[in-house]
Amino acid sequence: MTLVTYVLRQGDRALILAQRLLEEITHAPEIEEDMALSNLALDLIGQARGLYTYAGGLEGPADDGHVRTEDHYAYWREQHEFLNPLLVEQPNDDFAHLIARQFLHDAMALPYWQAMTNSADDTLAGLAGKAVKETAYHLRHSRGWVVRLGDGTDESHRRMQAAIDHLWRYTGELFEHDHVEDELIADGVAADPESVRAEWRRVVDEALGEARLEAPDDGVMQTGGRHGRHSEGFSYLIGELQVLARAHPGASW
Amino acid sequence: MTGSTSDWPLWEVFVRAKRGVSHVHAGTVHAPDAELALQNARDLFTRRSEGVSLWVVKSSEITASDPDDRDAFFDPAADKTFRHPTDFELPDEVANM
Repeated sequence: MTLVTYVLRQGDRALILAQRLLEEITHAPEIEEDMALSNLALDLIGQARGLYTYAGGLEGPADDGHVRTEDHYAYWREQHEFLNPLLVEQPNDDFAHLIARQFLHDAMALPYWQAMTNSADDTLAGLAGKAVKETAYHLRHSRGWVVRLGDGTDESHRRMQAAIDHLWRYTGELFEHDHVEDELIADGVAADPESVRAEWRRVVDEALGEARLEAPDDGVMQTGGRHGRHSEGFSYLIGELQVLARAHPGASW
Repeated sequence: MTGSTSDWPLWEVFVRAKRGVSHVHAGTVHAPDAELALQNARDLFTRRSEGVSLWVVKSSEITASDPDDRDAFFDPAADKTFRHPTDFELPDEVANM
């Protein structure tokens, strides 16, 4: 089912990014920023929940006769079954890395969700409509911080530039599409990620310019996350995400 | 990452619950600048539909009365009858005062 794979890719992108944000709670520069990051993460988890629930319905009953729930997709899949792009799983390293990752993601996610509001699939169009409002706010937050840090002190400028330089190699994958998606794109179910690349670049260049930061050259891009091949450290992320559910199977919140 | 540096200035947050009513003081946030103060205020005070408009003002920009001056500032002037318009004779034409 190509649609299931597509929906899981979108859901995993949101969930894994949320998990990275949640790792930072209580470590942000101020408690107000802890609140802001939790709010971004909660929005993203909400997006993932909607997408996972939809995927379960599309897949229909599994061998055990049960329809997969959102918890199944979050807690009971193995690492290689997660289909998020590599960018969103990159570690927090420092606050500049967290912000750069969020910004490079949000600048893609906003126009992508906007395009998805026209999806021929009513469920996806509905989920996109909700995500557009949330993502517009996320982008406002992450973009503001990119400018604040880039155009800040020598130290914050240096760190922000280093984070952009490091994470740039993961941006190419955001615009990839393959045989899984091409048919969905042709049918108007999925938006073509390539179609939002120019808008992404415009928003990124504008923010970097305002922040006195340099856009790196497009070199070799890292890829594979959307096919289940993840980077070092992903197993720890998944381990932390899943430990409670696996230690107490069937527990309800 | 380090813990709280507490060197962000404090901002007073005012929320307007709905159109047509005034902004009411809701609390404070820390933020490095006005834009982020607004965002932090949004996250803390309006995520549950409490408002349709937000103001933030740097706390240091507010000139406040000193609690020690309370008596001089706020004691009612009940014994100063000239401050109350009780001695005026109202014309008959003024019906409801």
